[in-house]
Amino acid sequence: MAADSLTPAAAALPQARARAAQFLAARHRLRPIEALPWLIALAAFFIFPERMMLGSQALIMILFALSLDLILGFAGIVTLGHAAFFGIGAYTAGLLITRLQWTEPITGLLCAAACAALGGVLTGWVLLRYRGLALLVLTLSTTIMLQEIGNLVPDFTGGYDGIPGVTVAPLFGTFEYDLYGHTYYLYALAVLFLLFFLVRRIVYSPFGQALAGIRENVARMHALGSPVHWRLVTTYAIAAAIAGVAGALFAQTNGFVTLGVFDFERSAGVMVMLILGGTGWLYGAFIGAVLYMVRENRLSAVSPEFWQFGLGAVLVIVVLLVRRPRWDWAKLWQRVAGGR
Amino acid sequence: MANTAISILFDGVAYAMFLFIVSVGLSVTMGLMGFVNLAHGAFAMAGGYLVVTATQTWGVPFPLALVIAAVAIGAISIVFERTLYAGLYGASELDQVLMTIGLTFMMIAAITYFYGPLPEHVRLPDYLTGEINLGFRSFPTYRVFIILIGAALLAVLWYGFERTSLGANIRAAVDNARMAQSIGIDVARLFRISFALGSGLAALGGGLAIQLFGLTPSFAILYLVFFLLVVAAGGSGTLWGTLIAALVLGICDTAGKYLYADAGGFFIYAVAVAILLIKPAGLYGRG
Repeated sequence: MAADSLTPAAAALPQARARAAQFLAARHRLRPIEALPWLIALAAFFIFPERMMLGSQALIMILFALSLDLILGFAGIVTLGHAAFFGIGAYTAGLLITRLQWTEPITGLLCAAACAALGGVLTGWVLLRYRGLALLVLTLSTTIMLQEIGNLVPDFTGGYDGIPGVTVAPLFGTFEYDLYGHTYYLYALAVLFLLFFLVRRIVYSPFGQALAGIRENVARMHALGSPVHWRLVTTYAIAAAIAGVAGALFAQTNGFVTLGVFDFERSAGVMVMLILGGTGWLYGAFIGAVLYMVRENRLSAVSPEFWQFGLGAVLVIVVLLVRRPRWDWAKLWQRVAGGR
Repeated sequence: MANTAISILFDGVAYAMFLFIVSVGLSVTMGLMGFVNLAHGAFAMAGGYLVVTATQTWGVPFPLALVIAAVAIGAISIVFERTLYAGLYGASELDQVLMTIGLTFMMIAAITYFYGPLPEHVRLPDYLTGEINLGFRSFPTYRVFIILIGAALLAVLWYGFERTSLGANIRAAVDNARMAQSIGIDVARLFRISFALGSGLAALGGGLAIQLFGLTPSFAILYLVFFLLVVAAGGSGTLWGTLIAALVLGICDTAGKYLYADAGGFFIYAVAVAILLIKPAGLYGRG
């Protein structure tokens, strides 16, 4: 009797599995539209050849925001200290060049990624056991502590004056850098391209599905026997490495590093970028960072207060009207459209 | 040596009183609704600027200016609470963080627009300047003043918290908001009251801080970190936790700056992180 009732279900199982696999595979198949950001980025290279310094900074911020999306959007960890890893990367790249005379740029990026990842594993292993206010305060404090440590050993890090004269060797030993930042732009674009597809691969993998599970219902993931803590630490370390690469690019393209890379404003700024573009769908980093950089460039020229006020207002509006609407927009629209 | 120790203790306690006055409201609102209010530092900063305007432009005496700032900012915070905060009760931490960071940015920008980015100072009345002799040695009068205000507020808050029905309701709601709600305690109303009181106290603290640290618009973010450290290390929603955390952090920070000037601000973070790693809910917190 019992066996009879089980049989249809058991027979349906492989079919259901195949369908689930198909559904998941279809979700992450590359669509033609996904070529759009890269086409725009290339087009920008030819349309605004004189603005490529700004362009490379925008690409670096996209990369930084993308790394935050991995932990905030996909794993659901709210951190106020993501600048820590950006800073570790920037200082690794800067110190390699000025203290060790190791000027090759790509190995510099790899070293920065390794150092930031190490920082991510160490802090993540300890801090990701905490939640809520404690986690916010701990991530924020660790970042400020790194800044203070940088200030403690001024002979090595340059203290608050930072490290000037970060000059990298030509890319692959052949491509020199020009004043307008053309080489920097293509360099940053190539790095972003590679790391974007790494992140994309991660979030659509079974590992990425597990992260979504942790974000949506951590208790159930524990109950399923998922190694929640290690998954979070791994993600945190990967995101840290990517943020470290962004920081290293920042140091290499700007030619200097200061302790300002650890500022709270940087952690908050990257979060704002990501929120503007939308979390948890990979392209939020692109839209948000570009919007942010272009507006900042325009409005700061008018007046910095103007920019800051507008930024704050946008945040408040985004949260109150878009993320947590007190009115149901769809219903409101129906009523308006319905002629009442 | 003993003299240095006394100086550290004295300055540390004065600093701790400042931290306590500003943080206590943040702690209670955080404990009541779990609301992460990163704009608390901005309320303190706004209070400081109101004191500057009141004393310099309107010619109000300093102590009265402190009272005006506390009352005005407390009243304004009710408007913010009704329009901006009310929609975010029970929202995700991220939404609360984003909205209050946005509010902080707006306030910093508005203040910078009107006052400029340079540090503001305040002229103290003569009886608050100089030193006061307490028999065995003399201390800066202004810091004695801060300690006295802190002690007086502590007594009032202790009475309010432990001896009135409002305080009992708040303690019950911090302990278990859903249970308190279900036996008829209006938790949202408690939140409104403590939010307004807490913002008023923050403004008072901001006014007191001008003479100690100077006042710039970046005060809102710079010192917010310390307020958050105090609340987190003390355990949100607890009067004693906030006091003890403020004392521990205030004295450690002062000692660190006295003894190892180079290491500067490092100690306060190290101590707070150590406390949180051992007791994630804070010294007096539960869970």
